Amino acid sequence: MLANDRIPGIETYDVYRKHGGYASVEKALKMTPDEIVQEVQKSGLRGRGGAGFPTGMKWSFLAKPEGIPRYLVCNADESEPGTFKDRYLMEKIPHLLIEGMIASSYALGANTSYIYIRGEYMWIVGILEKAIAEAKAAGFLGKNILNSGYNLELYVNPGGGAYICGEETALLESLEGKRGNPRMKPPFPAVKGLWQSPTVVNNVETIAAVVPIINMTGDEYAKLGIGKSTGTKLISASGNINKPGVYEIEMNISVEEFVMSDEYCGGIKRGKRLKACVPGGSSVPILPANLLFKTAKGEQRMMTYESLSDGGFATGSMLGSGGFIVYDEDQCIVRNTWNFSRFYHHESCGQCSPCREGTGWMEKILHRIEYGHGTAQDIDLLWDIQRKIEGNTICPLGDAAAWPVAAAIRHFRDEFEWHIKNPKECMERNYGLAKYADEREIIPA
Amino acid sequence: MNHTDIKEPKFSAESMSEVNRIIAQYPAGKQKSAILRVLHMAEKEFGGWLSVASMDYVASLLSIKPIEVYEVASFYSMFNLKPVGKNVLEFCHTGPCAIEGAEKLIEYTCKKLGINSGETTADGQFTIKEVECLGACGYAPMLQLGDIFKEHLTEEKMDALIEELRN
Repeated sequence: MLANDRIPGIETYDVYRKHGGYASVEKALKMTPDEIVQEVQKSGLRGRGGAGFPTGMKWSFLAKPEGIPRYLVCNADESEPGTFKDRYLMEKIPHLLIEGMIASSYALGANTSYIYIRGEYMWIVGILEKAIAEAKAAGFLGKNILNSGYNLELYVNPGGGAYICGEETALLESLEGKRGNPRMKPPFPAVKGLWQSPTVVNNVETIAAVVPIINMTGDEYAKLGIGKSTGTKLISASGNINKPGVYEIEMNISVEEFVMSDEYCGGIKRGKRLKACVPGGSSVPILPANLLFKTAKGEQRMMTYESLSDGGFATGSMLGSGGFIVYDEDQCIVRNTWNFSRFYHHESCGQCSPCREGTGWMEKILHRIEYGHGTAQDIDLLWDIQRKIEGNTICPLGDAAAWPVAAAIRHFRDEFEWHIKNPKECMERNYGLAKYADEREIIPA
Repeated sequence: MNHTDIKEPKFSAESMSEVNRIIAQYPAGKQKSAILRVLHMAEKEFGGWLSVASMDYVASLLSIKPIEVYEVASFYSMFNLKPVGKNVLEFCHTGPCAIEGAEKLIEYTCKKLGINSGETTADGQFTIKEVECLGACGYAPMLQLGDIFKEHLTEEKMDALIEELRN
């Protein structure tokens, strides 16, 4: 997908078209919508926003009652800490997203589609609207596209600053001009979505991936990657590494190669040692260094959905959104966990008590541990709170707030205890790597 | 012009045609969907924040009740419901930025401008805000200034930016 990202002028229609752009639309319009859905199913493409749900299956759930419009909504609300891949794609190759939107809208029978983009990416709204105008002038949008009889209008809708609007039903509420409060499911958006009409919500990268799938066929796309992790994935790497940035990887390389090789992250900054990694955005469990390159079984860990979650939450994590955050030996796990809890507390929409109250309690307790006022009961109290949030809320924000706390305690309990036992020292220095031996007690998830 | 003086906010003719273009993107009767974008425009045009008068004006443009605007404006963190300085420095302080020096940089900037985070300088030039992840994790530390991001910041770059904005 990013093969052409460095070509000068690729953000313009003319250059994009010259390099094979919009071929998938020409091909798609000669197929039936169902044939495209089948290609996407064959490709094994999984949602690139974080959940990894099979895209073809999501598309197949779309209700198609007569006389009621259907909508495709692109989720460009990218707000998961550590994630900045969609932004890169939209800034560099906006036409790739527009092309994917046209082909996907045709497959789903949508005649009006929206790109919901986070309000902080306001300059990208202009980039996308320019690309849309160019595509329309070239006959790829509007009425009777390429004389196929198919009509499509595509619009961009900026948000207002709310992480929760990345959750698909909150996004739809927001797109309807309301507060971003997630809806109860069922009904799912595929049955009652935008303005109560059947709606598919897909991430930017997911929709962009439809372009190569149509061009190369689903079967060929499925040959990329390993097992059920087909195709390529955009990984946004940040933290204490030499080469932060966005990388497109085929899902067949090892985590070690991704972190250490000069082709990707380029190793740990300033020659420091690796302490931990959050491989899929702030919501997924943090992994200590000894569980990052190898699984608990001692197998090489790969950059795939399956391998990153190998061991479940006890010893594994998730590929998530591909927001890959690397921590060196100087970083404090307690401080980072407090930071993330503050984030979730701020971003909780407030509908469900366990999340609204629980995120605030976790932030408060983590703050006092970090600042030398923790008590011996605090670790168990934190554990108890996160357990009572998980699974008890309308949307997954509750889980997303609980998992980082659980994983930090599970893998770095000694660091929390050190803070509590050494209230003065913990204000002066960080715990470092000292006790992170390879043999550590594993607390079941 | 003092921001608080705008008693009867009214979009320019150019902005009005933009409002109408935005409303036309949604089906008939669904003009409420235009709210976030119109609120962004109102904030920009009416002094950098949303007064009750500005929100009431947006409600009238979209033919919705004022409460429907207030509840939205107060939900989304990008909207300022109180006056802010001419330049709002919105620093990301979330995880990846924090481990790459955001906290130190915020402290440095606060000291330099003589205000705390969340405050505005006496001359009304600068407001410092701390915000959650802005999607620039690989280019940390960073801040948002209006519609643009300033990335890979250092203390020297902060000095230069403040100097530039002052003049």
